[in-house]
Amino acid sequence: MTTGAATRRRLVWQQLVPIAFGVACLIAVIALLEVLIRAGVINRFIVPTPLDIAGSFGRLIREEHVGERFLLTCYEALGASLLLTVFGIAFGVLLHRLRLVRLATETWIAAMASAPLVLMYPLFLVIFGRSALTIIMMGFVSALPPVILKTLEGLSSTRPVLINVGRSFKLTPSQLYWKILFPSALPTIFVGVRLGMIFALINIVGVEFLINFGGLGQLVNELSERYDLPGTYAAICFVILVSVVFFVVTERIEKWLRPGA
Amino acid sequence: MSAEPLLVVDNIVKRFETPEGTLTAVEGISFNVAPGEFVAVIGPSGCGKSTLFNIIGGLLDEYEGQVSVAGETLRGPHPSIGMIFQEESTFPWRTVIDNVAFPLEIAGMAKAERLEKARHFVELVGLDGFERRYPSELSGGMRQRVSMARTLASQPKILLMDEPFAALDEQTRLLLGDKVLQIQQDLKQTTLLITHNLTEAVQLSDRILVMTYRPGRTKRMVEIKLPRPRSSEIVGSDAFGHYVAQIWSDLREEASKGLKDDEARRGGARRA
Repeated sequence: MTTGAATRRRLVWQQLVPIAFGVACLIAVIALLEVLIRAGVINRFIVPTPLDIAGSFGRLIREEHVGERFLLTCYEALGASLLLTVFGIAFGVLLHRLRLVRLATETWIAAMASAPLVLMYPLFLVIFGRSALTIIMMGFVSALPPVILKTLEGLSSTRPVLINVGRSFKLTPSQLYWKILFPSALPTIFVGVRLGMIFALINIVGVEFLINFGGLGQLVNELSERYDLPGTYAAICFVILVSVVFFVVTERIEKWLRPGA
Repeated sequence: MSAEPLLVVDNIVKRFETPEGTLTAVEGISFNVAPGEFVAVIGPSGCGKSTLFNIIGGLLDEYEGQVSVAGETLRGPHPSIGMIFQEESTFPWRTVIDNVAFPLEIAGMAKAERLEKARHFVELVGLDGFERRYPSELSGGMRQRVSMARTLASQPKILLMDEPFAALDEQTRLLLGDKVLQIQQDLKQTTLLITHNLTEAVQLSDRILVMTYRPGRTKRMVEIKLPRPRSSEIVGSDAFGHYVAQIWSDLREEASKGLKDDEARRGGARRA
């Protein structure tokens, strides 16, 4: 019993120590920045002090409706993420099943991943109007390639012995997909989804910034134009928070869908 | 063995097309396995053992000859044949109990019933207490036992194993051999073992088919008249040593050919 309690305590420590170390490193970096800016090593007209940034959070919440903007950016990111997960995975599965389509399109999709699709925003504005839908579609389209490619990679790299196990149990093609190929590919697919979400968020905030419509991107634009640097950096912190929220949520979903990894 | 054979392998020939030309992997392999019998196929690396495993398991087609199970000619994987693979083949996303219950789930058995049944096979391979663990939390030997329990849960008439303990150390291999012997004796399980390990083959088998190096042909069928029930303790007996020496004298020449061939190929590749 005592050994069990000691083991549990040790496991808790093993989990807590890295978290505590990470937080301590972050605080140390912030403190170092504060010192370097105050000492004049870093120009405070370019980078405001962390204390100034922290001080502007309340102002952003009270005067700039950052809560609503945060939720709007989250909503756009969620919309784009759902679209890219559904269509990206479906297209990846299609490429895995149809060799001809894969050979014909894989290079193009890879090329599309590195193309600056954000520059197509005027076209999207014409098609979808100046609305959240334009921003969602921009995020979706620009984030699709990594999800497709990683889904394809995950399915293709399923260990042949697992497929042979399925064949030896006479699984139907559909059972083989859902019981073996898909669970085996899930970790790689989730890498693609996370990459896609990063691409989507960059494009969503970028387009909000460019078309000056809603969300945190517009706030960053407005604050930088007012030369409110602490506010600008504080708004960027909220963008990072959106990214962290999505990362944590996808990690939880992955653990739920694919335990034991 | 006087009983009607359960498995008949009749004059199997398998050729592969390679960039260097046609490669005959196995040629004219024929043998029978009677119900409850344990037969091993042994041969040097590259003699076509795994090709034979895949043909009997129904994973390879386009070969000459015929494989039949209880009189039924094999066309693809057969529900009466349960396969245990050389490579680690547990599903990492399933717990031990869910891995073992997999074939029962595919058969459409209700959850409570299949878990109950799976528990029996987990106990049979000596993994009780590990039901809720994931494969990543188990040793290599334990994972191989999970694979074995999963295959046994499908209740095959013939257990087909391809060097299932190849990746394990010698001591674990001997102890797992005991487990296989115990299961085979308890279930009267007809078993065909593909291996290159002499000790393992003699420890477990009633008969051993010795194969030649490429193309794999039947060199000799050796009957092992060691008493049953057996355990790994038998490896110290004179009779055991006699069988190992006898089979090695057959195998040595074939293994040497394989080694020379391999060295020639590597030398050729280096020169190129």
